[in-house]
Amino acid sequence: MAKSNQNVNPVQRPIRKFAPIFILPTFAAFLIGFVWPFIQGIYLSFCKFNTPKDAKWVGVSNYLKVFSDAGFLNAFKNTAAFAVVSIILINVIAFMIAYALTQKIRGANLFRTVFFMPNLIGGVVLGYIWSMIFDGILKRYGTYLTANGTYGFWGLVILVAWQQIGYMMIIYIAGLQSISEDMMEAAKIDGASGAQTLFKVVIPNVMPAITTCTFLTLTNSFKMFDQNMALTGGLPSIMQNGAKVNVTELLALNIYSTYNINKNWHGVAQAKAVVFFILVAVLAIAQQAATRSKEVEQ
Amino acid sequence: MKTKKKKYSKLSRLLSLFFLLLSIVWLMPIFEVLMNSFKENAFVNLNPFALPNSESFVGFANYIKGMTFGNYPFLKSVCYSLFITVVSVFLILLFCSMSAWYIARVNSLLSKSFYYLCLFSMIVPFQMVMFTLTFTADKLNLNTPFTIPIVYLGFGAGLAIFMFLGFVKGLPLEIEEAAAIDGCGPLRTFFMVVLPMLKPTLISVGILELMWVWNDYLLPYLVLDRTKYMTIPIHVQYLKGSYGSVDLGATMAVIMLSIIPIILVYMFCQKHIIKGVAAGAVKG
Amino acid sequence: MKKLIAMLLALVMVLGLAACGGSTAPAATEAPAAPATEAAPATEAAAPATEGRVYYLNFKPEADGTMQELAKLYTETTGIPVKVVTAASGTYSDTLTAEMGKSEAPTIFNIGNKSGLNDWDDYALDLTGTAIAGEQTTDEFNLYNDAGELKAIGNCFESYGIIVNKALLEKAGHSVDEITNFETLKAVADDIHANAATLGFDAFSAPGLDGSSSWRFSGHLANMPLFYEFRDDGITEQPATIKGTYMDNFRNIWDLYITDTAADAKTLMSGTGDESKAQFTEGKAAFYQNGTWEFASLNEAGLTDICMIPIYCGVAGEEKAGLCSGTENCWAVNSQVSEADQKASLDFLYWLVTDEVAAQKMVDTLGALPFKSAPASSNTFLANGNDLLAKGNYNVSWAFNHTPNVDSWRATVVTALAKYSADPTDANWAEVVSAFVDGWAAEYNTVNG
Repeated sequence: MAKSNQNVNPVQRPIRKFAPIFILPTFAAFLIGFVWPFIQGIYLSFCKFNTPKDAKWVGVSNYLKVFSDAGFLNAFKNTAAFAVVSIILINVIAFMIAYALTQKIRGANLFRTVFFMPNLIGGVVLGYIWSMIFDGILKRYGTYLTANGTYGFWGLVILVAWQQIGYMMIIYIAGLQSISEDMMEAAKIDGASGAQTLFKVVIPNVMPAITTCTFLTLTNSFKMFDQNMALTGGLPSIMQNGAKVNVTELLALNIYSTYNINKNWHGVAQAKAVVFFILVAVLAIAQQAATRSKEVEQ
Repeated sequence: MKTKKKKYSKLSRLLSLFFLLLSIVWLMPIFEVLMNSFKENAFVNLNPFALPNSESFVGFANYIKGMTFGNYPFLKSVCYSLFITVVSVFLILLFCSMSAWYIARVNSLLSKSFYYLCLFSMIVPFQMVMFTLTFTADKLNLNTPFTIPIVYLGFGAGLAIFMFLGFVKGLPLEIEEAAAIDGCGPLRTFFMVVLPMLKPTLISVGILELMWVWNDYLLPYLVLDRTKYMTIPIHVQYLKGSYGSVDLGATMAVIMLSIIPIILVYMFCQKHIIKGVAAGAVKG
Repeated sequence: MKKLIAMLLALVMVLGLAACGGSTAPAATEAPAAPATEAAPATEAAAPATEGRVYYLNFKPEADGTMQELAKLYTETTGIPVKVVTAASGTYSDTLTAEMGKSEAPTIFNIGNKSGLNDWDDYALDLTGTAIAGEQTTDEFNLYNDAGELKAIGNCFESYGIIVNKALLEKAGHSVDEITNFETLKAVADDIHANAATLGFDAFSAPGLDGSSSWRFSGHLANMPLFYEFRDDGITEQPATIKGTYMDNFRNIWDLYITDTAADAKTLMSGTGDESKAQFTEGKAAFYQNGTWEFASLNEAGLTDICMIPIYCGVAGEEKAGLCSGTENCWAVNSQVSEADQKASLDFLYWLVTDEVAAQKMVDTLGALPFKSAPASSNTFLANGNDLLAKGNYNVSWAFNHTPNVDSWRATVVTALAKYSADPTDANWAEVVSAFVDGWAAEYNTVNG
């Protein structure tokens, strides 16, 4: 971006004077809605506080509590497991559907419309729809969704797959459609089999889409909150080695519920949020690195 | 491939059939909600998969009940949701496209640092700022549906500016230069020349932000004065609150009411939505 | 290429801001405090000019209508604005936390128990010697902090026990008078359960463990072992640990609930409060554990021949037990708002319990009011409770009010109870005991850590 601005152009000078109109509203809102809360968030993670008015500096003690908190560690494990499973499941299915729908199929547009639809429904609503369905099914077997962590975990995986497969499918379709006809023709003329075409021509060419979708599912899994809260709310909660653990709780929900224990935990919750932010940021940077390496390869 | 247009191969017919079945399965959860929204609560509990029959069918009673549940009319939540979404998306589109153009055209410390901050904000999860945002919003009276769009503008600016910028940088400078030479000021140049060219990106960004704001639960729940204002997701959550009894029939009716507008919009602007998502994802 | 640059910039930004955050953090120590101190005097300076405001953060969703009505009436008669806000069910502590952080904070709020008082002690005004404290008939339901200051006033009390459908009991050839302890309760219940097919009803309504019903057991029934243990050990403050001395008694009564019922013990977790209540109102169950607050709606459902008996679980001397009476409804006045607001709030509370119209409405909605000028209640269950006390029986107080991090503790107990009910083995009961005893210690450490 620096390059495009190096040549001084006749447009730039007059715009400068209009900075208050063009940039100030967004910038002010950005300061209020993001920059200040972010800075205050970092500061408060080192404090004991109920409201910012009564914040008292306590150093790193909040962070020490974060890493000795069984609930947080459990939530981290859950989130990691959930991310791995949902990345594989969602991307494989979404790619397969996208691949099939880009072949000549009657009604492909209709199917695309249907598969994408769940994406438009909010997470809270999704959670309640599926909790009713899962409980309805499990009731027949004399059990229920929050009976153990396994049901809750796979329930969330199914819910999220239902929601996100359509979204990822759209991205894969866009990627598949950008493969030139010529290349496919060439593969055909060379006598490549279906599998060969898929692995040698199609997949390398949709690599950018695969990277995008992988990281979208990854960050989505890490930030998952609404669905987790509405489906199981972290239940069941059990005693594990003398510590209480909400078996199906993911990181974002754990942060939220920590804050709500009482005011002694506000600082710890904020420290958890900072740790959480660093995790998500590292993932985002990894994404950029991966995208870059793929682009270099080509 | 393109030559034989009318003929579908055997495999493709089989695939069609398979996808038809899969589509039906895919839509089942929504049928479930629709079906149960017409059943009496006890029957929803008993067997959520049974079709309504003469005994369990209650007509629109659940809908009437759902609309007035919990001392808070559902329509009020719908109105707040609509208002917040429309105003927030409008503000984001207008101000972020302006900012993006400014950042692209002006090479200053301000625009550079703003750009970096926007990039940075995209990787910050909401949990990082949610508690502190609540305090700030309360202090500045941003806790009403009429002022919360400012919070959305601030928190949504990162992605929007990033997407607009990607597009603006691809615009030919010559057109703007010509406009400047013709005596257009920056404001006129932006609104008469640049903005019309941004239309596809406006739609993409608009749809992404629309889906975000409309379905957002935690931000309004934390920021809004929840003793006075609710949005649809908050209302649904409120109905399921942990104590007391839950009327599943009425909850399903409310869920149905909250899904219907989305499905309607989707049916009419399907192409734009799907294009917007694809564009947004590839850029982001 | 663009992405490459973007990525590099992102990286630089993260590192930059992280470094920035690190260095600004200590410096910011003073910064956030500044706007706060600015804001506080502003409200205080403005307040004395006005009459003071009242903001009542209501705890009981079912009392919302009444409180709104009374607020309006009060404003009409005195001109003082009263805002009543009711938190959605199950979200009171969230709402209170959020509202207390706001500039227009509640002036009157609810404290449920001692651990709630520990959280909010700094925000609760010392009510010793206030007019409303002088109106009280008992201090049994009040909350005092460690310094002995009266911080919250119990404004109503409720009782719970086992609600009995007397007509059904007679049909089965029994009478309430037979039931005086656990053995006799079990004998009657077992007999009804054995003949359920011919009678057309069973002993207990379903002990559902869905969120809408589980509090009757993880909260109310769990009070039995807690009460007796605390009574033995002379505990009046929230203990850091409990021993679970009476867990076998808890098992007695719980086994009875899940055995002598038509409900399938495997599906208890999805059993709702509505289902359970429906079984009782439709005459399909003779016993139903719940509280005095259910009286009006049971009456409306056509049940008039009903009464409430104590919960028995096989503890020695329990023939002399009364109902479980107590309260989670204690008024506290926010000490952080202006003096005018505090005074207006105290006046409003005084009016609520002394004004004839207001007090009557309060009694109709809340049950019994422990205040001198409050009228008596027409609730049969409350009368049952009073009769027992008059006979010299002991009150089973609400020991569960000491529960640390109550919702969280109960959730763990419910999980364990559900598992045990589906498969009632000793090993699974050990998990219930662990959830009870170890869970208590863990929650206590959480709250006080």
